[in-house]
Amino acid sequence: MNESVNDIVNSEYKYGFVTDIESDAVPRGLTEDTIRLISKKKNEPSFMLEWRLKAFHHWQTLKDEPTWQNFSYPPIDYQNIIYYSAPKKKPTLNSLDEVDKELLDTYEKLGISITEQKRMSGVAVDAIFDSVSVATTFSEQLSKLGIVFCSFSEAVQKHPELIKKYLGSVVPHTDNFFAALNAAVFSDGSFCFIPKGVKCPMELSTYFRINAAETGQFERTLIVAEEGATVSYLEGCTAPIRDTNQLHAAVVELIALDDAQIKYSTVQNWYAGDKEGRGGIYNFVTKRGKCAGKNSRISWTQVETGSAITWKYPSVVLLGDNSVGEFYSVAVVNNRQIADTGTKMLHIGKNTKSTIISKGISAGRGENTYRGLVKVSPGASNARSYTQCDSMLLGNRCSANTFPYIEVRNNSSSVEHEASTSKIGEDQLFYCKQRGIDTENAISMIVNGFAKEVFKNLPMEFAVEAQKLLGVSLEGSVG
Amino acid sequence: MNDTQMKDEYMLEIKNLHASVAGKEILRGINLTVNAGEVHAVMGPNGSGKSTLAQVLAGHPSYEITEGEVIYKGKNLLEMPPEERAKDGVFLAFQYPVEIPGVSNSYFLKAGLNEVRKYRGLETLDALQFLKLLKEKMKIVEMDPSFINRPVNEGFSGGEKKRNEILQMAVLEPTLAILDETDSGLDIDALRIVSEGVNTLKRPDNACIVVTHYQRLLNYIVPDFVHVLVNGRIVKSGGKELALELEANGYDQIKEAATV
Repeated sequence: MNESVNDIVNSEYKYGFVTDIESDAVPRGLTEDTIRLISKKKNEPSFMLEWRLKAFHHWQTLKDEPTWQNFSYPPIDYQNIIYYSAPKKKPTLNSLDEVDKELLDTYEKLGISITEQKRMSGVAVDAIFDSVSVATTFSEQLSKLGIVFCSFSEAVQKHPELIKKYLGSVVPHTDNFFAALNAAVFSDGSFCFIPKGVKCPMELSTYFRINAAETGQFERTLIVAEEGATVSYLEGCTAPIRDTNQLHAAVVELIALDDAQIKYSTVQNWYAGDKEGRGGIYNFVTKRGKCAGKNSRISWTQVETGSAITWKYPSVVLLGDNSVGEFYSVAVVNNRQIADTGTKMLHIGKNTKSTIISKGISAGRGENTYRGLVKVSPGASNARSYTQCDSMLLGNRCSANTFPYIEVRNNSSSVEHEASTSKIGEDQLFYCKQRGIDTENAISMIVNGFAKEVFKNLPMEFAVEAQKLLGVSLEGSVG
Repeated sequence: MNDTQMKDEYMLEIKNLHASVAGKEILRGINLTVNAGEVHAVMGPNGSGKSTLAQVLAGHPSYEITEGEVIYKGKNLLEMPPEERAKDGVFLAFQYPVEIPGVSNSYFLKAGLNEVRKYRGLETLDALQFLKLLKEKMKIVEMDPSFINRPVNEGFSGGEKKRNEILQMAVLEPTLAILDETDSGLDIDALRIVSEGVNTLKRPDNACIVVTHYQRLLNYIVPDFVHVLVNGRIVKSGGKELALELEANGYDQIKEAATV
């Protein structure tokens, strides 16, 4: 059994290639000048520069990164990061034909087709390469419905009033250390706006790719669904194999007005570092949605298999009466990976409801932590919350931790929390093998069964991809 | 080794098999031969090593083989990994079938069957072909079609789990089936259904080892040979009448004889 297992352990991260492309980068380090330079390169209106500088000045007052997390990492030298890197043939893109061939090839290699002729069925894609968006598909068709789906930079130029109104309205720059840093230096991201009453006819998706070395990726996604609008949004990410750590500090803000629904799905597959924990992405991300209107619904589904360290809590502020927040998560750690992830559900409106299903899978020497907050405010009458938090361990050297925080200040509410920890048993494996199924397939089957409740919330194409990914991430983890 | 020689061989030949778990010796020199078309019952008191024998033949990793050999279809069985034994026709009906949450019965069984078919040089079945086969086989053990999509053994009653084991056996069509206390925890109806299932699957080219504590299963599955296992050794072998003798006199007499 051990031999085949070892073979698979050594199977490589298949997205680890580097694209050889000339880039236009700002000098290493972070000062006010860096921010002015980024803003200037992006030809931003003055309100954006002011917003960035405010965030930067706030960030400067923050002495240290947070320390409450259940892991440690070597100090990050913020003066040694390149904050902006863009492919040189700078796009003032009118059509996809003008996209650099190297870039198109890169995305092809990743299995993401950004040429519309070879499109994935019914999925519009915004492709972010290092600091900038290089292509957005289907923008035109969507705009006929009044839907805006474009890069953040383009939105700043074309829809400044929307940006002004919503940027930072869910995650203010004062929220946390990394949110402040992101607000100061973010370079691109995706923007979606679904107007009143419109149901977005296709999945919208952003594909993030870090290419340049020693570059941080700081993107920002903003999705606004007006009254009665619905949208399903997908996010995928990969990075080359490098033996130094790279910082990815993104911010995602979702806003749902009355009766609106936003479904946000992530399959995170950043480079995880090697078996000894060298290299890999620090994925320190702030994601939050605001159910601003009554009867609104925000649903997060995440499959976290990559990154050296994942540190994030996609949350929902349940402001509107009868609003619903959901969080479905599968987090997998193998080798030396670390994940400290979970959610916050903040019940403010009446009859608000939240559901949290978290599945943590730990293998190798991985450390997996679920951390979640359910908070019921005094005004949140009849709030309901249900949490189910399951951990699965593969092998003897990994760990799983659960830190649930529950604060209830309303007597009419009900909050449930269930948790379990199981070990992929020798008996389960033996049972599968006795039916002719080998170790690798047995593990993949057992783990996928464990994560099924979460996968069923993913859009079809993503669900298939996620299942495969889970198998690959855990290959060779039991031996 | 050529084919004519193969035919002269036993399907299964266990020679002086010793096995231990966590340093404790459980099997202390088992000798047993099984031919195609035969049904062997292995009986014995609790702790005699019956289940260990079943697990060792299937290749459970917790047991260490300290001595002896097992030849199956002319091959060294003990050198084969458990999944290869399964693919080559060794089937164990578990005493305690394992639950696999979130994995449907049909998905699990289809994966197993297709591995077995690949090994035997047969085409794999697609979902529709498999479903048709599964539904037919489910009739043998009188299982409700709702079990097709239920997670493997999860929330099944004891009897349902045992029936599910026989269903898997029916689908995989093993050469050597080992039933490990398949009768334990079964009421009389379930016992009848399970036994009839096993009898239906009996063919001249396969064989069955029935491990049981009680004689009652052998009223339904009639053995050609009965072996009594005490303290890790077969102390007595005979025909089906031996089982009745044990039922009448209990194991004590034999145990005493064995310790002398």
